[in-house]
Amino acid sequence: MLKAINISKSFPGVKALNEVNLTFYPSKVNAILGENGAGKSTLLKILTGVYTDYEGEILLNGQPVKFKSIKDAQQAGIAIIHQELNLIPALNIVENLFLGQEIRNNWGLLDTPKMTQITKELLAKLELNVSPNTLVQNLKVGEQQLIEIAKALLADAQVILMDEPTSALSDKEIENLHRIIAGLKKEGKTIVYISHKMDELFKIAETYTVMRDGNSIDAGEMSQTTEQDLIRKMVGREVLIQKKQGNTNITKDLLSIRNFTLPHPTLKNRNLLDNISFNLKEGEILGIFGLMGAGRTELLETIFGLNVTKVQGTISIDNREVSIKSPKDAIKHGMAFVTEDRKTEGLVLGMNVASNISLTTLPENSLLNEKSEKQLAKDYISTLAIKTPSAQQLCVNLSGGNQQKVVLAKWLATNPRILMLDEPTRGIDINAKNEIYEIIKKLASEGKSIIIVSSEIPELLALADRILVMSEGKLKAEFSADEANEDKLLKAAI
Amino acid sequence: MNKELLKKSQSLIALFVLCLAISILSDKFLTANNLWNVLRQISVNVCISVGMTLVVLTAGIDLSVGSVLAFTSAVCAGLLTKGIAIEPFDLLIGFTTLGGILAALLIGLLIGIFNGWVITRFSLPPFVVTLAMLTIARGATMLYTEGMPISNLGASFEFIGSGWLIGIPVPVWISLVVVAIVVFISKKTTFGRYIYAIGGNEKAAFLSGININNIKLAVYGIAGMMAAVGGVLVSSRLNSAQPNAGTSYELDSIAAVVIGGTSLSGGIGSVTGTVIGATIIGVLNNGLVLLNVSPFWQQVVKGLVILLAVIIDQKSKKK
Repeated sequence: MLKAINISKSFPGVKALNEVNLTFYPSKVNAILGENGAGKSTLLKILTGVYTDYEGEILLNGQPVKFKSIKDAQQAGIAIIHQELNLIPALNIVENLFLGQEIRNNWGLLDTPKMTQITKELLAKLELNVSPNTLVQNLKVGEQQLIEIAKALLADAQVILMDEPTSALSDKEIENLHRIIAGLKKEGKTIVYISHKMDELFKIAETYTVMRDGNSIDAGEMSQTTEQDLIRKMVGREVLIQKKQGNTNITKDLLSIRNFTLPHPTLKNRNLLDNISFNLKEGEILGIFGLMGAGRTELLETIFGLNVTKVQGTISIDNREVSIKSPKDAIKHGMAFVTEDRKTEGLVLGMNVASNISLTTLPENSLLNEKSEKQLAKDYISTLAIKTPSAQQLCVNLSGGNQQKVVLAKWLATNPRILMLDEPTRGIDINAKNEIYEIIKKLASEGKSIIIVSSEIPELLALADRILVMSEGKLKAEFSADEANEDKLLKAAI
Repeated sequence: MNKELLKKSQSLIALFVLCLAISILSDKFLTANNLWNVLRQISVNVCISVGMTLVVLTAGIDLSVGSVLAFTSAVCAGLLTKGIAIEPFDLLIGFTTLGGILAALLIGLLIGIFNGWVITRFSLPPFVVTLAMLTIARGATMLYTEGMPISNLGASFEFIGSGWLIGIPVPVWISLVVVAIVVFISKKTTFGRYIYAIGGNEKAAFLSGININNIKLAVYGIAGMMAAVGGVLVSSRLNSAQPNAGTSYELDSIAAVVIGGTSLSGGIGSVTGTVIGATIIGVLNNGLVLLNVSPFWQQVVKGLVILLAVIIDQKSKKK
């Protein structure tokens, strides 16, 4: 049993944790819920020895422990599987597993046969049917995650912390992971599970702790609570996601994609996009649903001019065929693209809020107009309710939800006719999510056309007038808002 | 913004302490003669380094600047002394001092643009491309000069490197103008903002509709042209273009950029920081000479200072 008693931790100007109390039980999946900024990451960092200066006490099996380093925590049997995996892509599974704890033979050289043998056993246990010599870069995300779990097992960890382990997995991979977690539970391991996905928590978790603003708000048995109840505790108020009524006023076609085909870069008889055609109407919110790898992101990227040399097919706007050879062309034709990963594709993190917002609209070959940049930033900080001390704040210091709003702002600044959103609410908290939903609805009511790609069905049901379903690069189905429901969408996507 | 100021004040303090230490150890340091001398000497490195700063801000590097300096100064000297002979027509095109200088700057610009073109067109690492250009330009210099210095470049040309204007050496004027222009470009224009954006996150910049390749072409072009400015300054000071001029200048220049607080991974740093960095190196060189430290030790000390600067930079980043 891992128990945290009255843990407090402050950063300059912020109290990240305020007398937090938590108990994690062996043979159980212990869920931690909370919005971004609730203090979950800070707590994990204390439990794994990253932060060593904190107040309060940690008890491991009744014994007080104080970890002085990450290694210290590992030796005590605590392992963490991060949201972003910590593997080295160019090394193989064996090399990754034994990194830093290689087994040597009597000559002091690597005992590869022995390490390979142990790896084989671990892979078999995790039902991962690949050769131990496979390079990690050739594994799927779900498989890579299992390698992380294998690492924890190799270290004989008793407590395994998982930080949003399923955020990048397909349904099948999630199912597999859940099965493996059930196995670990049987062996008496303590699993700590952080996730934003409610349905998943109700499926696998036994206990929960809700955190909010650095406090532990409530704890109990999953079987004694409901989704609405948990959400209310997380945000401190009731949130209802309502299903959207179909909007019948929209009739005029704006964008029309015809016969988009994009060959797979390495596999010969596969296409990333396979003969895709659809229309987008003026003022319409078009949802695109599909599992990971269905080709949703590739579709948006291709429309935005990223795969010019490889793609076949045509794009028309206002019934006129247009040639879009780069993001620059796309922007000229009134498109905007809020990318999936705000950190690597959306923002220049080392630049401030104002510079990021103005990046899409700076006049070319010209002097900067600091005044108008500041005004632009000020406008969007107030209309989108971006929480930042000032427009001069570096984006790296903002929370996920606010970073996403900055990305949104920089694209709204171009005054686009077509706004493409790729997983616009991934990894941001429920409050920020709802704010972004409101913004999207408002934009559509102002006549903007919106394409939204999402893995979260409730999100699409709440927003979209029409939903397309993609699978393996093909358009599989189309539903109006009235016909669509969770079952139909999932069935079409699999 | 505040961080940048802090960083700059750090290196300014380092420069001040360095000057103080040398002036205590040697009474020759704080003489007008010596100080002008120092400024004149650093003007070459300042010109090269401000160009280098723009390159490094895009997360690139230009190793060819020393060789480009030599090549452009050789061509400039060749044009001034021999002109261009077009034998079939029995024609000889002579060059005025200004004409020779403009030709040199143009050649530097073109070499730089060529660097940028190869880097962007073939998606190659700048390190490798400019390393190749380092060798090519040096070889071309040897071919052009046949390994011999080209001397007697005329009084008006010599004035650029050795003359005075309103009580200040001409090279110092030139480096001041160059610095002012590049600071302005980097901080006040869209182009400058794009440079920072590309270095900070190239993918995000590209998706924002920025033409990455054009910006890079321009940045490497400017770096090449700045090397040519350095070439003109060096050869006019000596009134002679040396085929081995500028050897390892790229290292001094990168050192100035790094000591000035610009991150080699791009996106963070400033031209003014680089000027301070170049001044620190110049003062250090001068001080070691004044203190009669052997030239071999001078190199060791310079290397240690670079290490120290990077360590301090890294530490302050972690805070």
